[in-house]
Amino acid sequence: MRSARFVLVRLGFMLVTSLLGTFFLLPVLWLVTAPFNAQATLRVEWPSPFTLQNFGEVFRNTFAIRALFLNSILQAGGTMLGTAVIATLAAYALSRLEIKGRNLFVYLLVLFSSVVTGTAAMVPIFLLLYYLRLIDTHLGVILVLTGGLLPTGIFLMRDFVESMPRSYEESALVSGATAWQMFRDVVLPVLRPGMMVVAVWAFVNAWGNFLIPAILIRSPEKMPAPVAIYSFYTEGGTPVLTLVSAYSLLYALPVVILYLFVNWRYGFRFFGGIKGGGK
Amino acid sequence: MRKCFKLLFVIGLSFALLGIATFAESIKLTVTSRAVRGGVNTLLVQWLEDVVFPAFENWMKEQGKDVVVEFIEFGGTDEALKEQYALDLKVGRGADILGFDGFWIPEFDAAGLVKPLDEIVGPSIWEWEGWKHIPPSMREILGYQGKVYGLPLGTDVRVIFYRRDIFEKAGIIPAGSGLRWQPRSWEELLDTARYLKESLPGVIPLQINAGTQMGEATTMQGWFMVLLGTGIHMYDFYSGKWYAKHPGILEALNFYKTVYIDEKLGDARTQLIPGARARTFELFRDGKIAMLVEGDWFWRSVLAPGSEWGLPNRNEVVDWAMMPAEEPGAGYRGQNFVTISGGTGFILNPNTKHPAEAWALMGFAFSREMQLEFQKLQPRIRARDDVPVIGDPVMSEMAKALLRLTTVRPMLPGYPKISYEAQLMTERVVAGLMTPEEAMEAYAEALKEIVGEESLIIVE
Amino acid sequence: MPRATGFFFLAPAFFFIGLFLLFPFIWVFIISFTNVALTGPTALNPAFVGLENYVRLFDFSRWMRSGEFGNALRNTLYFVLGSAVLGQAPLGLAIALAFHRRRGPLRELVFSLATMAWILPDVAVAFAWIAFLDYDFGTLNTVLINLGLGKIDWYFQHPLVAITIFNVWRGTAFSMLLFSAALGSIPPSFWETAEVAGASSWQRFKDVILPLILPHILTDLILITLWTFNTFTPYLITGGGPFFRSETVSMYTYRVAFKFLEFGRGAAVAVVMMAINFVLATGYLLSLRRRRAYG
Repeated sequence: MRSARFVLVRLGFMLVTSLLGTFFLLPVLWLVTAPFNAQATLRVEWPSPFTLQNFGEVFRNTFAIRALFLNSILQAGGTMLGTAVIATLAAYALSRLEIKGRNLFVYLLVLFSSVVTGTAAMVPIFLLLYYLRLIDTHLGVILVLTGGLLPTGIFLMRDFVESMPRSYEESALVSGATAWQMFRDVVLPVLRPGMMVVAVWAFVNAWGNFLIPAILIRSPEKMPAPVAIYSFYTEGGTPVLTLVSAYSLLYALPVVILYLFVNWRYGFRFFGGIKGGGK
Repeated sequence: MRKCFKLLFVIGLSFALLGIATFAESIKLTVTSRAVRGGVNTLLVQWLEDVVFPAFENWMKEQGKDVVVEFIEFGGTDEALKEQYALDLKVGRGADILGFDGFWIPEFDAAGLVKPLDEIVGPSIWEWEGWKHIPPSMREILGYQGKVYGLPLGTDVRVIFYRRDIFEKAGIIPAGSGLRWQPRSWEELLDTARYLKESLPGVIPLQINAGTQMGEATTMQGWFMVLLGTGIHMYDFYSGKWYAKHPGILEALNFYKTVYIDEKLGDARTQLIPGARARTFELFRDGKIAMLVEGDWFWRSVLAPGSEWGLPNRNEVVDWAMMPAEEPGAGYRGQNFVTISGGTGFILNPNTKHPAEAWALMGFAFSREMQLEFQKLQPRIRARDDVPVIGDPVMSEMAKALLRLTTVRPMLPGYPKISYEAQLMTERVVAGLMTPEEAMEAYAEALKEIVGEESLIIVE
Repeated sequence: MPRATGFFFLAPAFFFIGLFLLFPFIWVFIISFTNVALTGPTALNPAFVGLENYVRLFDFSRWMRSGEFGNALRNTLYFVLGSAVLGQAPLGLAIALAFHRRRGPLRELVFSLATMAWILPDVAVAFAWIAFLDYDFGTLNTVLINLGLGKIDWYFQHPLVAITIFNVWRGTAFSMLLFSAALGSIPPSFWETAEVAGASSWQRFKDVILPLILPHILTDLILITLWTFNTFTPYLITGGGPFFRSETVSMYTYRVAFKFLEFGRGAAVAVVMMAINFVLATGYLLSLRRRRAYG
């Protein structure tokens, strides 16, 4: 009978799924147990004694709190908006204008961006922003991060755009819509899930970026979280586990919330929207 | 109505003019350092913002000057701060006063990024009263090629910290006798370690810094402490050359080999893992390490009751001894005991728009009263000889015994890289990757690349 | 689409890319031929040194020594092969296949957990993994002990393996999402045809599905190879140690450029990294094109 085999397959499936789930879950358990432990160690253990004091102390470090809840949000949010919007516009134009060699062009830009987002480009970036008078500004950070993320953002959006059949746009244009109206009413809604993915991806990258703020920001009031976490180290350069774990948890939350929100509202997946006839 | 407007206009204008007038006269000074209130180095922020700045601003007001001082916090790593300084100084900006580590000065000077004090402010700086109380050895901490670039917040010395309770348990010190242990040679030090290893198997007898994980802490607390005991420094100040190959280096490496490989008197693994330094603190606090070579910062900051690795009964169970030379009289400068000092402090930014006022602030912060105020918050060895270590007899004793025996690191642009090579050298020996001879060979080769063959001393 | 609007759409991207991407890139490329540093004498007087920085990287007499570029390159190749090509991509594909057309809480759970691992910030993740891999207290060893396999000294004995596992954990979500969407865009008719023909699952996969998603495999491999090549997060976990056994090229660049502020050398390494990625991408393209041709 097929049903016995069916049950086995189902069971096997559930086993594999639970293993996978455990694999992804296990390493981060520490982030949810250690912050509540007054004597946090590297162990994952039930907090004893349980405490919220670690968070209390973290909140007393106004420098780090402002870094997290204001500066990181500003910088990552700005980058997210900039990247999502500009990448979408560019990917759409590149595709519809049918510029020859666009794939290679975008890929080369992606390669260049890998050089420019690394430590090697620290000095040129700093000097460039200095001459633009954008040192120690949120805008400077946002502009640099956006510039670095755009090529890959365009690369990601490209799939979404190419998988959207032109018939919709053509019929809209034929019905008398202007290019802008067509874009706004036909194209954008279809591309929206893609934009959401690129937006989340850009936010996440900017949120975690340490290097650019370290180079460009000077005032403590503008420092974002990845730099500020080092203020929970001792003078000798060792992390204070109770505080670092609490801060890390707080630092991880906004990204998680963003993902859950986008996933719930739009579904977080790559070019799901229209089931066209393949490519 | 018109009259009303005229009146308002006049009032407004006067305020504006008043504002411009005060604005024109108001001077803003900025100070930055690796410190965050409520975070790393919080006491420094407290001292500056709560004590020094208000007092200074008042003092300036009495002289008819309107000065406002602001502290700019920095919460990143030391390396990030250094790179920030390099970038800022390159384009001519940055805070007026910078918290600086002495051994950054040579490379920054070579790049034209920092300048000596008297070149920024003028020879008038020598009129400051503080110079009488700051001996030349202290001035060297933030000095280079005979010139002074800034003022040090203090200095430190390195010793062997040992657990009295463990020593008493093993019978090295008769319990309750109050006698102190002081080895007079490496052999005596090693014998104590061997004895401990036999009598108390669960305890690591001796831990001395090695490896690249601890960075400069390895060079200062480890390598130098051993090397100086063989009679040589890393650098010969007279000829201006670096020791690349020398029997002293081999003896020092063999000491490491004995401790970590041959007799396992120390735990190599603890030295080589990430977070190594924190691990050694933890183990010493928990009584799992009997002897640890560290800086006085370990006593006053790490073990101090109330801090992260604080020992409530620190004063009873922790004691210190001087690091002996290989044999009496065989140490650097013919000494029986050796130590080395470092220090951080503040320098003046050559790009400052208010050199006179910035220097006034520095002089003020390093006045006797202000330094005493800092002592109340954080007692340590200060640069001024009229500022004793208050409230901590152990610190005072350490200072008294060791300041006359101490030396400093060579202040040269190549030092950071060479220090790293020394750390690497110890790491290779301690991990059993190379023999002492091979490790020294690799060290000499690396030095050849860094400073060139003519700057090396080779003694086979 | 009218060309005018098209260029209007492209303008902001060109502005950003021109100013904040191309300009610094060209600068970096140029300084890779100098010995410029931020401190020290060469900061004041940088000199053109031609290909010296590059030659020094490929000094074959010593480049495989621990701490040198060759060592980092070798480690990186293992790392990329193991965690991206043989790790993230197949695992992502497997998950996408397993959950293809199966909605429900299980799918949501696995997808969300995998995505969490991908999007959590570097610093938080690094701390969590340091704790996870700890010899005495780490969760991984606790699990291994309970399975009867005994503790493993991850940091000392298998640092490269440790960061490879880490990177698989970290990045699989991207491949998973990409392939999931790719599979979803295959019209159901294809799936049905293969089933009707009675082919086995593996044959179905190989002959029907694989050719259809080949372009996506290409995109995926190119991107994850590039990202893995450049990822810096493992440095926060192992520091490239012990003794540079887990040092990748991005960590090597960091040591040269950041620690010692020698930007000329750092720039040369970055350019070489980029060139290697270009070669790899071309390799992928050619091999996959050939596959397509032979079907």
